[in-house]
Amino acid sequence: MRTPAFTLILTAVAAALYFTFNFVGNDYLFFAGYTVLQYIVLATAWNILGGYCGYVNFGSAGFFAIGVYTTVFLYAVGQQIETLVPEFMLAPMQLIFPLPLPVMIIVAGAVAGFIGLGMGYLTLRLRGVFFAIATLALTVVLETFIVNWSFVGGSRGAYVIPPNEVPVFGNFIQFLFALMLVLVILALTTARLIERSKLGVGFATIRDDELAAEASGVPTLRLKLIATVVSGALMGMAGAPFPFYIGYVEPASAFNLSYAVNSIAMPMIGGTTSWIGPLVGALLLGTLQQVATVTISSAVNLLIVGLLLIFFVIIAPRGIVGLVQDQLRKRSKS
Amino acid sequence: MEFDLLINAIIAGLMLGGFYAAVTAGISISFGMLDIVNIAHPGFIILGSYIAYIVNVHFGADPILIAIVALPAFYALGSIIYQIYYQSFEKHGQDSLRGLAFFFGLLFVTEVALNLVFGVDYRTVDVPYIGGSLSIGAMEFPVRMLVPCLVSVAMFGGLILFMSRTFIGRAVMAVSQDPQALQLMAVDPIRIKRIAFSISIATASMAGAFLIIIQPVIPSSGREYIGRVFAICVLGGLGSLPGTLIAAFMIGVIESITSTFYGPSWAPAVSFGLLLLTLAVRPSGLFGR
Repeated sequence: MRTPAFTLILTAVAAALYFTFNFVGNDYLFFAGYTVLQYIVLATAWNILGGYCGYVNFGSAGFFAIGVYTTVFLYAVGQQIETLVPEFMLAPMQLIFPLPLPVMIIVAGAVAGFIGLGMGYLTLRLRGVFFAIATLALTVVLETFIVNWSFVGGSRGAYVIPPNEVPVFGNFIQFLFALMLVLVILALTTARLIERSKLGVGFATIRDDELAAEASGVPTLRLKLIATVVSGALMGMAGAPFPFYIGYVEPASAFNLSYAVNSIAMPMIGGTTSWIGPLVGALLLGTLQQVATVTISSAVNLLIVGLLLIFFVIIAPRGIVGLVQDQLRKRSKS
Repeated sequence: MEFDLLINAIIAGLMLGGFYAAVTAGISISFGMLDIVNIAHPGFIILGSYIAYIVNVHFGADPILIAIVALPAFYALGSIIYQIYYQSFEKHGQDSLRGLAFFFGLLFVTEVALNLVFGVDYRTVDVPYIGGSLSIGAMEFPVRMLVPCLVSVAMFGGLILFMSRTFIGRAVMAVSQDPQALQLMAVDPIRIKRIAFSISIATASMAGAFLIIIQPVIPSSGREYIGRVFAICVLGGLGSLPGTLIAAFMIGVIESITSTFYGPSWAPAVSFGLLLLTLAVRPSGLFGR
């Protein structure tokens, strides 16, 4: 299937989903759906670096929070524009601010991608393990900075008040849901595009044998940097609408470890070699968690995710997609 | 006055560093010598803290004593984890991605399980010497820092002696370099690795007890130490125990000075900055080969 056709089908599915939810008319569907969609973007983004290149990123929560706090920052600037900007600049700045949310998402993606580039440049030349550890520590340090930065709320947190009405969509949560759908389409298309391009082949050589790839003339560092930037930017974009979704953010919720765990567990459980894996994993785990949060408790559902991750990593290393493929192969043989 | 502050910051940092040495010892063995990236180690440390907490609350025993009694249990836990790790990952060659995900899952499960059992309240132990403090001139030595530091350095010295003097210790040092040569000496490299990994987990029992003497503990406390322990381990040079000890003191002092003069909320960023700097400038660390 060509990429435009693929995107078209995805868009059609997304539109169908949106109108079905709209038809049912229950806001909870949009709230729960938003979380699942957000995990699809995170899982797909993680997989571009983790699944395709084999470099484990434990810092998903950090990249997500970069997106979250870019929005909080831009929102705060918009709120206090009179005090921040000198008199003569006020008129043009007031035209720009407050920024519309889609623009904030793009800015967040750029910031997260840039931080990914910087960190990748420092650590990607070493063994993959060092990169993994650095990402783990990155979350802690970013959190330290945010806690100490009072402009974005510090440890007190910050309120971001969503507008009541949005043109075209009416309800704000429906607008957020639609935005997330667009991000999902973007993430899946990007992942599939990479997978089928020369870039994806290069990524796969890094995953399978980096030394051999290097020896055959694959520019491994450049490819890894591309993967880190794309993956980081998508995670940042997934985080950008979050303050408007939740209304109040503080460091502990933006840097929550469950984002990191989920964005690793979902591709691992779904399967890491193609774009379908993270999608399947995120849909399954995301929905399961929504159900478990309502029916049992949020701590128990995190425990389930952790245990599932360990279980799948040991028993079914190729994930659900791998299991299904094995079944199909067996059937076609007999 | 400023000078007194600096002296006391350095003293506090040295004591903190002694404690960090105990926290890092396990990682230094598993990551530095065996190439097993056990990022779940801080989780086991917190487990050790909670064991010390339960026994202390019910029987009033000294946390360090409890940790010593719990050593065999942690050793056994280490053996089990290594067996799982070996069977599912190491045997099939270099699948570091899944191994990392496995340990990450362990870390997360430990934390969430502790959360479910104990809740998110801060827990402390009750020991007579916790409030005390020795002072020599202007220098202050809070006993709650001094005791963990001394025991920790003693433990670390024991580890260094064990690794350099005994046959098994030397075999551990050799196993990461050339497992085949070890087999020629009629030593099973898997057994050696299992022993070493079990020892590394056993140190978590001690480190856990030290941690809960020094400060109150919640299940997520372990996370703060992930960046720190790897920073110390890499800074000291992979596989070098003396290097780890020196790096632990360095990080302790730098963190202590940072929190004295710039505020404690900045201290966690120090170790990460040093980690990135080390990785960028000299990835083999200060004392690495």
